[in-house]
Amino acid sequence: MTAPLHEPTAEAAPSAAEEAVLAGSAEGKAVQGRSLGRIAWERLKRDKLALTGGIVVLVLIAIALLAPVITNLVGQDPETHHEDLIDPLFSTPKGSLGGISADHPFGVEPVNGRDVFARIVYGARISLLVGFLSALVAVVLGTVLGVLAGYFGGWLDAVISRVMDGLLAFPQLLFIIALVSVMPNEMLGLTGTGVRIFVMILVIGFFGWPYVGRVVRGQTLSLREREYVEAARSLGAGRLYILFKELLPNLVAPIIVYTTMMIPTNILTEAALSFLGVGVKPPTASWGQMLSSAIDYYDSDPMYMVIPGLAIFITVLAFNLFGDGVRDALDPKGSR
Amino acid sequence: MLAYLFRRLFAAAVMLVVIILVVFCIFFLVPRWAGVDPATMFVGKQADPQAIEDVRQKLGLADPILVQVWEFFKGLFAGRTYAAGGDVTECAAPCFGYSFRNEQAIWPVLTDRFPVTLALALGAAVLWLLFGVAAGVLSALKRGSLWDRGAMVVALGGVSLPIYFTGLLSLAIFSYGLGWLDAQYVPLEESFGGWLGGMILPWITLAFLYAAMYARITRATMLEIMGEDYIRTARAKGLREPVVIGKHAMRSTMTPILTMLGMDLGALIGGAILTETTFSLPGLGAAVLKAISDKDLPVILGVTLITSLAVIVANLVVDILYAVIDPRVRLA
Repeated sequence: MTAPLHEPTAEAAPSAAEEAVLAGSAEGKAVQGRSLGRIAWERLKRDKLALTGGIVVLVLIAIALLAPVITNLVGQDPETHHEDLIDPLFSTPKGSLGGISADHPFGVEPVNGRDVFARIVYGARISLLVGFLSALVAVVLGTVLGVLAGYFGGWLDAVISRVMDGLLAFPQLLFIIALVSVMPNEMLGLTGTGVRIFVMILVIGFFGWPYVGRVVRGQTLSLREREYVEAARSLGAGRLYILFKELLPNLVAPIIVYTTMMIPTNILTEAALSFLGVGVKPPTASWGQMLSSAIDYYDSDPMYMVIPGLAIFITVLAFNLFGDGVRDALDPKGSR
Repeated sequence: MLAYLFRRLFAAAVMLVVIILVVFCIFFLVPRWAGVDPATMFVGKQADPQAIEDVRQKLGLADPILVQVWEFFKGLFAGRTYAAGGDVTECAAPCFGYSFRNEQAIWPVLTDRFPVTLALALGAAVLWLLFGVAAGVLSALKRGSLWDRGAMVVALGGVSLPIYFTGLLSLAIFSYGLGWLDAQYVPLEESFGGWLGGMILPWITLAFLYAAMYARITRATMLEIMGEDYIRTARAKGLREPVVIGKHAMRSTMTPILTMLGMDLGALIGGAILTETTFSLPGLGAAVLKAISDKDLPVILGVTLITSLAVIVANLVVDILYAVIDPRVRLA
């Protein structure tokens, strides 16, 4: 989960190398020692917006990992109430801008006066955890089912493709709400917040796999007819060998692209679920749930809405910028 | 055209059956696999064992699965009767479930709230199609980089901003700060002006997300099509430019837009739920939100079912429009 996102790009190198060599020889230029992965990395390094996005993502990951350390430095924690800072008449924070002060850099929450900064820092943990792990679930499911559909074809392909169409067309958010609300409060030894996070990861991942599956299926369909696969087959390679050694390495690039594009969507879905009250529940801090309680104070304490909103915006924007950069770097032909 | 129509209708009917089965699975089978007794979920907040037993009998949760599926379908098309001992509850067709929490059939709640969600979704769709397509066509025709860059920045912002944040921001700015619009929902029957005033912000908020995206697709498609031979032919035979663009180019541009629209309908309903919550509109989304906090599962079931059906119907309409715009589709 914590691995920097640009590392897989480098891993894609040996697999896609032959394509780069092919492309290079077609142009009549020598490309010795420069794999596609390396070219992609060099292209990414030139893309200032994508690099900025990548750096912000790394900072966010660091914040999520070091949440207790950071809040200790400021001397706050996300669950202590500070009722003395609340105006008893309006139940909004005393002072201007939602009670921003040296002690509380982002102010305090209305009613109970919990420190907003500490809650934002801890909220990053939930957002990133659910965002990354649900993308992982989606990628594993999508890759396996997509390769199966593309490679074996026939009725298997027909069934998997119809299921993907169906999942893509229907109101996903509603189905996710429905699934999350029928899940138990205790399972596999987890309780409360743990089980909610686990269920969200599973359900968001489950509804995300068709996006990956569709692309992987299409790629597999075209790759399995290539000469090098035929060559491997004629040399007596088994199905599994072809799947894992010949096809999968060439699928790494599109899979990386779709994973980086899926993480921000999943973060938004997690925030939406917590906003609607089916995700993480207080006192555990999450950005979506903060925005949901901010609805009642949008006029009297606008800062309480702006801060978690900006946190979501910056996070999702950073992932989107980085994802766009990775896509352009790995797939020069892809149009914007 | 007729054969095409029948094929689409048949596909929609199959989809209808599949989606009802999926909804049944989510609400009756998944909890069982996860180790929860469905009866305790359908009963609502009360944890009285007698009430749970009643609901178990009424829903026939102890029956074989196939019998339960049959009863579920029968309820939708012919109505069903929930009976436990001497206690009998009628649920007339179309039976979208029954809230054992407040002894109320779900269908009237749905028909009550559906128009609000429909108005929100349709209004937003009209807005984003109008502005998105117009902006896309304009930037394709005047291929200035300023338009292009502007659209890209807005599109990136649009997909990175959660709808409930832009909604709250617009409420704080336009309703509270500037006082231009009232944030109150007024039913259409009471006052058209009030209704319109209450709907403008939700429409714009929901449309903003999609408009920039559609503008970019329109621009890309339009640029491609303007380079086609038949456009040159149209110009060569002396047609005026508005006719070339309006009649020849637009027709081909609209097909990918319609495809996208068909695919986005499901997402649109999700967006509508969040928008309704932000602006306190009494639509299906608000019903779901209330059901979540009340633990009133049948309402969530009903809304999931009816919105899925709405998506099937809307996709059918899109398919038919598709054939009207693009004759090649009819023959395929």
